[in-house]
Amino acid sequence: MTGQSGTIQAPALEMRGITKRYPGVVANDGISLEVRPGEIHALLGENGAGKTTLMNVLYGLATPDEGQILLDGEPIRIAGPADAIARGINMVHQHFMLVPVLSVADNVLLGEETMANRVFLDRKEAHRRILELGRKFGFEIDPEVKVSALSVGWQQRVEILKALYRNARILVLDEPTAVLTPQETEEIFAVLRRLADQGHSIVFISHKLYEVLAIADRITVIRRGRVVGERRPAETSEDELAELMVGREVQLTVDRGTSHPGRPMLRVSGLEASDDRGHPMVRGVDLEVRAGEILGIAGVAGNGQDELVESIVGLRRPTAGAVTLDGANITGHSPRALNEAGVAYVPADRHRFGLILPFSIADNLVLTSYYRPPYARGVVRDGESIERDARSSVERFDVRTPSVTASAATLSGGNQQKIVVAREFDRELKLLVLDQPTRGLDVGSIEFIHKQVIAKRDAGTAVLLVSAELDEVLEISDRIAVMYGGRIVAVLDGPTADKNDVGLLMATGGTARDGAQIAKASA
Amino acid sequence: MDVIPVINFLYGIPVLGLAFQLVGYLVAILPDNSPTIMVQATPLALAAMTGVICERSGVVNIGIEGTMLAAAFTAWVVGIAVNPIFGNPAPSDIFGITMPLLISLAAAVGVAVLISALHAWMSITLRADQIISGTIINIAAAGVTGYLDQLISKSSPVGAGEFAAFQPPQALVELPLVGWLLNMFLNLGPIAMSTVFLVIGLQVWLFWSRWGLRTRAVGEHPRAAETVGIDVIRLRYQNVMIGGAFAGLAGAFLSMEATNSFQIGMTIGRGFIALAAMIMGRWTPIGGFLSALLFAVFLEISQLIKIAPPTGDLGQVMTSVPAQLWDALPYLLTIVILAGAVGRSIPPAADGQPYEREAAA
Repeated sequence: MTGQSGTIQAPALEMRGITKRYPGVVANDGISLEVRPGEIHALLGENGAGKTTLMNVLYGLATPDEGQILLDGEPIRIAGPADAIARGINMVHQHFMLVPVLSVADNVLLGEETMANRVFLDRKEAHRRILELGRKFGFEIDPEVKVSALSVGWQQRVEILKALYRNARILVLDEPTAVLTPQETEEIFAVLRRLADQGHSIVFISHKLYEVLAIADRITVIRRGRVVGERRPAETSEDELAELMVGREVQLTVDRGTSHPGRPMLRVSGLEASDDRGHPMVRGVDLEVRAGEILGIAGVAGNGQDELVESIVGLRRPTAGAVTLDGANITGHSPRALNEAGVAYVPADRHRFGLILPFSIADNLVLTSYYRPPYARGVVRDGESIERDARSSVERFDVRTPSVTASAATLSGGNQQKIVVAREFDRELKLLVLDQPTRGLDVGSIEFIHKQVIAKRDAGTAVLLVSAELDEVLEISDRIAVMYGGRIVAVLDGPTADKNDVGLLMATGGTARDGAQIAKASA
Repeated sequence: MDVIPVINFLYGIPVLGLAFQLVGYLVAILPDNSPTIMVQATPLALAAMTGVICERSGVVNIGIEGTMLAAAFTAWVVGIAVNPIFGNPAPSDIFGITMPLLISLAAAVGVAVLISALHAWMSITLRADQIISGTIINIAAAGVTGYLDQLISKSSPVGAGEFAAFQPPQALVELPLVGWLLNMFLNLGPIAMSTVFLVIGLQVWLFWSRWGLRTRAVGEHPRAAETVGIDVIRLRYQNVMIGGAFAGLAGAFLSMEATNSFQIGMTIGRGFIALAAMIMGRWTPIGGFLSALLFAVFLEISQLIKIAPPTGDLGQVMTSVPAQLWDALPYLLTIVILAGAVGRSIPPAADGQPYEREAAA
């Protein structure tokens, strides 16, 4: 690896003093970044710190106001994505840029088609090259298979393959592990290592500290558009990086304290549910959440979690089984009836289900209560009391906004989620259902929301937490249920659960016996 | 073995008997009218291609009806204007081609492309609601062509005539079993005959060419296409306008090949039926063509029942039903088939969604 021999290699890519201003905000303020050949360089920063802007500048999606980009020491101007790709700079986006209905080969070919003649594609040659690249970098993949049939981990390999097919020298990965299991993460890390060993330069964008420490050769930390430090993994720690990143000391893991489970609050028995196309997704789930405890459901996305949650909160009619709340049968009750019975729900997709983006913050805060006093008098709404309560919520939940009449669309992701949390948490609850409550949020917002969840638990609410982020489940759950293939395959004690065990159960489902053994070993 | 008693026995069962008679009637009458089926199918198939090309790239075009109507009118009017200049030239032996006809055809296609460019501008650049944009085109085309036609037809003008159907050798047509099929695809004018080739070409183009791959990617996940350097906006403009050319052909077919003049509202909903054919054909050119063909068969049957109803029990049953019901038959069947097929038919994921370039924030 570079640096260890003492010789200083010329950087493959250098960004010098990049400044990018948007109306009212300086997104990048004189950022300099140096990436050497064969180096994995981590770019660490919170959401909104300017990582994305910097990479958009590199990828030609934004034009910098000041600064220079040098490729092999030569100053260049990048006109757009096509130009960047032509120069060997490729990006793997956080949300995969793959077309699900197309084959692996077609996705790889798109935009950089290998042609048999002027009009027609040469799929044969493309297949040959894809197989060859796969062999070279240790992930062989059938070029004919549709991307929608691949797991997330393999989809990511297709993204990397896309870059390699274009002869990428510099590969930028934006939050590549956000949706992967620990095993998949390790596999991808192995692939990245192999790429670096063959001379590719990799920019690894992340806000996960331990990952950055595990994979990077060097780490550049940025905060509010500025570089605040550059470290080598050997000479730093998670705590130091977190402090650099946030600008203050952060509690990385919220102290979950001890839970004092009371009476069973939510009971799900023999629940079965199908997805919109009628495929059975939940195949007989039994679970129980007690008052004052957090039950985390771990599982790879698409193992029936969505349907399970929707069945519990009244958005989907289960095909069999029963759901009871505090002893009362609530199977198939409407969302409003459940809401009034003390069930709160934070959906996974805040843009589509959690908020009505064009509506004001105040209106979003009363989405579940607009129809009753004090927000409504008969059929007339009381705008004054809605706004007054909104101002108080915004203050208590630390939503950063100029006014409560601003539309929800104008806020950052963290502040949007705080609105959802404020609306759902701010009353007496029996059951709180959280689906990916911190997806895409920065460390500060995650800390805030986790603290709120723990507070709710300590107030005696039963909390059901579903998350594809295993870390989140491990951090705050009192008990962990692993969901695989529409069933709960194991229930483990939260504080003592081992990450690799859970990851393995998520990936394979284990056999019932293995699950029991792991559960026993962890207990 | 003697089959007559068996058949007589089956005839004895009322419904089954009628079914037998229906099959017999259709087998007797449809092959003779096979070219007419293709004539019915041609404008539907061409318009369905417009739909496929537009929607595969992510733009919904319900303005096909209006685009066809405008093209049909343009072909007719340009023919009136141009024909005297060339001094009413004699048509060619095959297809009856004259210079005025070719100019009219080009004008019709040109106008359709222009109208489609308007739809593209409204729905891609302005990001207007694509349904509204299409509806505007339909209403405007109906109004403008209707008004102008009334002005023009006062002087009873003479147009440029029509393309003639190719006459296949009688020996081919009289071949057993396949003769009527050959007749169906050969006893046609130039536009109808080229439709089959256009459809096959489009199918190959969509699934084996660079343009096709990019079109499908842009219709499914435009942002993914943009990140690999594809100009989504430009490709959508191209596709909507190419699609418009097909609608132009469909319109020209109506006033230059199926008939020799323009009638107010002569598209009678074909642009919409074509969209149904596109959906039934799962957004593939060949699927859309076969669906159009199926609809044309129903259309032909409903006409034949009125013109030459069968004899016997079946005839009695059929003639006792109001004629309007037979007119409605193809449309009713379309609804039934669409309702049955649509559950399995999945549109391109980004169909109808305006694309906004990444606002670098």
